[in-house]
Amino acid sequence: MTEQLIEKLDYQATFDCVQCGYCLPACPTYLAFKKEKHSPRGRINLVQMAAEGKIDIEDMREGIDLCLGCRACETVCPTNVRYGDILMSAVEVLKDNKKMGLFEKGVRTAAFKVVLKNKQILRLVNRSLYAYQVTGVKRVVNRRNLLKPMEKYRDLNKAMPEVQLSKRLKNPPNPFRKSAIQVGFFQGCIMDVFFSRINDLAVNILNGHGMEVTNIPSQTCCGALQHHAGEHNQTVELAKKNIAAYEGYDFDYIVNTIGGCGATLKEYPKLFQEGTEWHERALKFTAKVRDISELMAMADLDFQYEIPKNAVFQPSCHLENVQQVFEDPLKIIKRIPGLNYMELKDKALCCGSAGIYNILHFEESMQILDMKMKNVKTARPELIITSNPGCHIQMQLGVEREGLSNVISVKHIVEVVAEACGIQTT
Amino acid sequence: MKEKIIEKLTEIVGERLLIDVDDRVSYGYDASFGQYMPDYVVQVMSTEEVQKIVQLANAYEIPIYPRGASTSLSGGPLPVHAGIVMDFSQWNQYLEIFPDDLLIKASPGVKTGDIHQLAEKYNLMYAPDPSSSSICTIGGNLAENAGGPRGVKYGVTKDYVLGLEVVTAEGEVIRTGGNTVKNVTGYDLTKLLIGSEGTLGIITEATLRLIPKPMDTKTAMIIFEDLYTAGKSISKILTSGVRPSKMEILDQNAINKVEDYAGLDLPRTAAAILLVEVDGDTDVLMKELHVIQQALLEIGVENVQIAKTKEEEARLWQVRKLVSPAIVQSGYTKISEDATVPLSKIPDMFRKIDEMKKKYNLNIVVFGHAGDGNLHPTINTNMRDADEVTRVEDAVEEIFHYAIELGGTLSGEHGIGTMKKPFFPKEVGEAGMVFQKAIKQALDPKNILNPGKIFPEAGEKRLVLKND
Repeated sequence: MTEQLIEKLDYQATFDCVQCGYCLPACPTYLAFKKEKHSPRGRINLVQMAAEGKIDIEDMREGIDLCLGCRACETVCPTNVRYGDILMSAVEVLKDNKKMGLFEKGVRTAAFKVVLKNKQILRLVNRSLYAYQVTGVKRVVNRRNLLKPMEKYRDLNKAMPEVQLSKRLKNPPNPFRKSAIQVGFFQGCIMDVFFSRINDLAVNILNGHGMEVTNIPSQTCCGALQHHAGEHNQTVELAKKNIAAYEGYDFDYIVNTIGGCGATLKEYPKLFQEGTEWHERALKFTAKVRDISELMAMADLDFQYEIPKNAVFQPSCHLENVQQVFEDPLKIIKRIPGLNYMELKDKALCCGSAGIYNILHFEESMQILDMKMKNVKTARPELIITSNPGCHIQMQLGVEREGLSNVISVKHIVEVVAEACGIQTT
Repeated sequence: MKEKIIEKLTEIVGERLLIDVDDRVSYGYDASFGQYMPDYVVQVMSTEEVQKIVQLANAYEIPIYPRGASTSLSGGPLPVHAGIVMDFSQWNQYLEIFPDDLLIKASPGVKTGDIHQLAEKYNLMYAPDPSSSSICTIGGNLAENAGGPRGVKYGVTKDYVLGLEVVTAEGEVIRTGGNTVKNVTGYDLTKLLIGSEGTLGIITEATLRLIPKPMDTKTAMIIFEDLYTAGKSISKILTSGVRPSKMEILDQNAINKVEDYAGLDLPRTAAAILLVEVDGDTDVLMKELHVIQQALLEIGVENVQIAKTKEEEARLWQVRKLVSPAIVQSGYTKISEDATVPLSKIPDMFRKIDEMKKKYNLNIVVFGHAGDGNLHPTINTNMRDADEVTRVEDAVEEIFHYAIELGGTLSGEHGIGTMKKPFFPKEVGEAGMVFQKAIKQALDPKNILNPGKIFPEAGEKRLVLKND
């Protein structure tokens, strides 16, 4: 056994797994790729074997790389294995073990260290996308099939949402004034670039239902993508920034519209050692974090309009399996007047978006999406409701690929509620 | 040589031959203990493929290990002598019901849960219900003769199989049994092959018997102040004239773990609780539970709580379901045993396990299928503590020996596999061993079908939980 590897990999946690296989039917990659190394118990075993020096570190790579990280296995696990922790430990070890090419290094630095953390640059991306779409370039690209040689970018391009200009963060009013329920807004970086409209609607919904929402300027990226890529130190740095940023205010809740980011925010305490000051601060921060559906379910939503559509819900994996929010979105959806909620078969299975999985592993991601779309086609909805930007784009992509974009629309739960409440963007 | 085998296997299954290290190591475990490294993994999809691979293995004398979903708790599918793992989990395409004949035919990779669902659509039931039904394959169930909670009323896998298609060690295809309940033509090879753990032939199709689905169920929880009375109650209930469909017991340790975990208002001070389900015509169920209640009164057991609604009933069964997650502790590995004893000996077994707990200073909880004497003492162990692992091995050995002394058996439903083979001679005796080995020798003279299972090999005298 190599002591160092046992330290770095979450070797101890692998012993919680009794290899019973209850995770197999819940694992999208096992179902799609049909091999044991693409199952949770298979990956846990690979980690244990690597830690014990029985296989090479590189033997873990394919299994670990192709994990979506949806953590559906944790929800069904009868022995409460901390799969996410084992996975992250393996991702980090593999990252350190890899001689990265200059290009990959460059992309990583650009994406994680510069773009995602920098509000100005994100706003620039947002503006470029906006220009790309309003100037009709997107339409031309689509119509002329300019991206044909690169199928994945062609499809992703089609699936890209209509971008709205994101708003500059206003300086908040007196932070200690307390009247209604005080809600700090967490806008997220990808969300703010692609879906600033949804964030805007979310703020207006909460403001319209007895809450006072503040979008504070010192917030930064949640660190989810960095974390999933094994960039531990960067994740910790971002976590500290966010924790400190929100400590300056007396919020009852910190809300976000992104299943994945919310999960990362709720797992901040795991980044720090128990008993340390930062661990305490993280616990306090996390105790306030809520998904938008949790707050909307608390509110007595004032519905004004019917939405007479057959709808299915595609939950965000991290909203369910990490945040453990299962019922709230459904409670809301079922209350929307006129809307006919239909249960999507195997809805808890990941759609294959999984952060940037669909960019890194396009082919595999499409195999997983195809399983999802098979069930969508059986359900024949007119509306797919989502709760995370990644799933949103992926489901849109699925609809495009099946040639159903005239029949099925994809909307975030916030958009649907806003529409039913007659709430518009500001 | 290896290249040649790879070439030939590729000819048979194409891309469904797996030879990378990460793949091979992933087919070297099951839900029991030990990790092995096969040379090849083949994901078979037809009888013809199985036949060709067996013929190849026979020619080159390469061991073959059939494997379903690898949920086995006894080591049945482990590739202990390297060779070929034959993975059946992806061959799940054939599943056909013949409702008028009360039969289902299935390929070996079909999940048991899918068989349950299909039968229920026709108001029928496939009775065996191992708790891993949503994952395990029918092929694995047949190989290990799996049981389940309903065993107390309905029996186990072998009671529901009418016929099999089997590939022999020579690579011939034979059919055993047929499509009828009554069939006495020749030896009962079907029953010989079920539970033979893939050591006599490889099952490639099964014809399963269905029965009418019971209309309804009702459940009672019985609370005991001492284990002895709990044990006595089991026989009392089963001789009361009512046949419960499930009888599950939890000892005090298990009750408290579930209570800590989920807070369901269970009686923490009770020595044990027994969950008793009856099934059948709705109108009769209440009467049946009253019969049980009356019988128990005769031995002074008064605390019988009958679930009034379906929700209450579901909540009671939730208790049993939660035992597994409730008893695990992070960093500790759960070891489940299934020695089985005659009903009247259940109190003795409980006492023995309690003694082991103290003697070896172990964390043991007991729960399981009380109605058929199939208890599941479960131990939480730190597998990195060599001393503790040895104590567990010693304790489990004593439990095995005691079960045999009581006239019971090493395994009620998990199988012998690798785990229990050192104790096999003790249960069947010298002559019994010779007889069983003669069958193996006759049907698989080259010992290529799942070698290293059931029969102890030279020097294997102890239970071993970890191989390195």
